[in-house]
Amino acid sequence: MSTVADVVAIGCLLAGAFLCLTAGLGLVRFPDVLSRMHAGTKPQVLGVLLIMVGGAIRLSGWSATWMLLLVAAFQLLTAPVSAHLISRVAYRRRHVRRDLLLVDELADGGHQDAVHRGDEPGDAPPEEPPPAR
Amino acid sequence: MTVVSYVLYGLVGGGALLALVRLALGPSLLDRVVATDTLLVIISAGLAVYAALERDPTVVPVLVVVSLLAFVGSVSIARYVGGMLIRARTDDGVEP
Repeated sequence: MSTVADVVAIGCLLAGAFLCLTAGLGLVRFPDVLSRMHAGTKPQVLGVLLIMVGGAIRLSGWSATWMLLLVAAFQLLTAPVSAHLISRVAYRRRHVRRDLLLVDELADGGHQDAVHRGDEPGDAPPEEPPPAR
Repeated sequence: MTVVSYVLYGLVGGGALLALVRLALGPSLLDRVVATDTLLVIISAGLAVYAALERDPTVVPVLVVVSLLAFVGSVSIARYVGGMLIRARTDDGVEP
């Protein structure tokens, strides 16, 4: 019984650690902020959940289990909030490779900053002329 | 078991090193924010892996702190950068 539990726990830990490695690879290789977020949030939810399950199996005692459950709940609650904030700012500040997007529903809504601020990547869309008054 | 622990630490450490590469290279501030967020998550994952391998529950409270710290850091930086938005037009053409 103990051996089976250990094998399950090690499997969960290996899967979570592999997701951490894929997050690093995606962060290095993907082209813009949104796709890097897509890669970087893999361990944020699934990887952390798997590792917490593995740790809860391996650790004995209910206090550690409840604290690991608390960490998992915090991750599930906070990851969408921070991802939403960062992607909103990234879209507005022209950090998105629009030539790689298939669908851009906000393209003509004026949802992006019309002025270049100097820290955009080199392939940002060109600055719009100021609106005529 | 030793081989398993080497593989686990190797995977987590590789992910952390690649996140550090993006943190150093990142062309913009938001890339660095994303990399820092991922790096903190990988650090907490590594702490949990250590706790699970050694059956050592003393680092578990640190996990709670690190996971909340990652959220607070990324949200505050995103709000700070968003506060520097100027003249972003709204949908109806009215400037804020």
